[in-house]
Amino acid sequence: MAETTLTPLSRGVAAGRGVSTLRIRALTLVAILAAWELLARSGLLYEDVVPPLEKVAVAFVHLLLSAETYRHLGVTAWEVLTGFAIGFAAGVAFGVPVGAQRFFGAAVQPYVDGFATAPKIIFLPIVMLAFGTGIGSKVALAALSAFFPVAINTAAGVRQIDPVFVRVGRSFRLTPLQMMFRIYLPAMRRSLVTSMRLGFGLAVIGCLLAEIKFSNAGLGHLAIEHYNNFRVPDLYAVLILVFVLAVGANTLMARMMPRH
Amino acid sequence: MSRRLATTLAGLAGVAAVAVALEATIRAGWISPLIIAPPSSFARAFAKLWAEGFVVQPFLLTIGQAFAATAAAALVGIPWGFWLWRRPELGRAYEPWIGAAFAAPTILLFPLFLVIFGRGYATTIFVGFLAAVIPVVLKTREAFLGVPRVLLAVGRSFHLSEAALVRRIAFPAAVPAIFTGLRLGLIYALVNIIGMEFLIDFGGLGRIVSEMYFRYEIPAMYAAILLIVAVSWLFLAALARLETWLRPR
Repeated sequence: MAETTLTPLSRGVAAGRGVSTLRIRALTLVAILAAWELLARSGLLYEDVVPPLEKVAVAFVHLLLSAETYRHLGVTAWEVLTGFAIGFAAGVAFGVPVGAQRFFGAAVQPYVDGFATAPKIIFLPIVMLAFGTGIGSKVALAALSAFFPVAINTAAGVRQIDPVFVRVGRSFRLTPLQMMFRIYLPAMRRSLVTSMRLGFGLAVIGCLLAEIKFSNAGLGHLAIEHYNNFRVPDLYAVLILVFVLAVGANTLMARMMPRH
Repeated sequence: MSRRLATTLAGLAGVAAVAVALEATIRAGWISPLIIAPPSSFARAFAKLWAEGFVVQPFLLTIGQAFAATAAAALVGIPWGFWLWRRPELGRAYEPWIGAAFAAPTILLFPLFLVIFGRGYATTIFVGFLAAVIPVVLKTREAFLGVPRVLLAVGRSFHLSEAALVRRIAFPAAVPAIFTGLRLGLIYALVNIIGMEFLIDFGGLGRIVSEMYFRYEIPAMYAAILLIVAVSWLFLAALARLETWLRPR
């Protein structure tokens, strides 16, 4: 059979390619780290603006061992997850009618586009007036950040649903809620996972920027405290932690993608 | 009545209805005007921003930075994307990294840029550059990968040198898709620069929002935020239109 003869061959090619790709990546990483270390030790920049790797590593270990870190992490996680859940639910609830009702979709599009494009962080003063300067405003900003990509992506997902499904639902005289949960949502699982990834990423950014701008707890607050006291290696450590967590969450959600 | 006009009118009617509802809720005392400024105060607030020089100059300052950042992204990103196409092994090795960088929350690194560049245009433009360069690299590589093989084969059959093949055939064929990358880059640069201006109270449009908040001039703050939303939408729409107009038919 063609498949059995082809499989070992293509696997061999892929493995051969994998080695050289891996080598390029490893060399690049080493080159970047070496350049970093050289820059750090050259004395060209102010002390600690680019700290030696060893200092960053020490700061990172300190960060992981400190109980304080987990308190801030807990606050940020709560803000991001709550905000994301609200923004995601609202985005899906808004996106389905926008995608399903052509006229409604066309009427709201310019406004959705404008708000979706604008940087969400400029809404921080409004949510601080409405929800105070504490956790509430961070949750609200995370929700707002997640809402737009989810709504837009959901609307696009609804437009791609096979119209036969919708007609079947109509012919069974399903109520709007039944249409939502029996027809639209199951038919667009893939686009929902994409929405989650986009929305979650932006919720993280919205929440952390809000914490950096104005807060007294959370990883963003921790980062800006280090900045204000010029503890640069600690600042790098916090940002590395944030990046690792954000990229990890994104990878995890990519794994959830249904296969068809 | 055309469909387009009908949807536009329906959209405007919806906005008017929301404004009237907000105005009524605020007048009735259910929402404090210190949380949501009554829509009727926006016009005067905008006029005040305009009179105090908080509209035209900050706008020019912000888009100037966005264009500078995008120009830098083009200078770096187009050759980079081209190189990733010419050396496919590098393209394969780096493509997933650049894709991951696209999804990564790069703007969160801004305290580092403040440390390195200080609180000034170098930081805002650098943040804009970082946001713009990634789509430019990815789209440029895609653009060259998308050049039809037939075109290249025709060039080879005329015994064009490699350099001439790139200059006369591959590059012209890739231009429309490269432009898509520049368009995306410009929008990302603009948005990130406005956000940075707000975060560090420096520069153009973003700074106005933060300044009005600290002055506690709530209607003016709302007017500035709506101005930013309008500018974002105008940029998005104008660039999309420019792209369809430039694209060869």
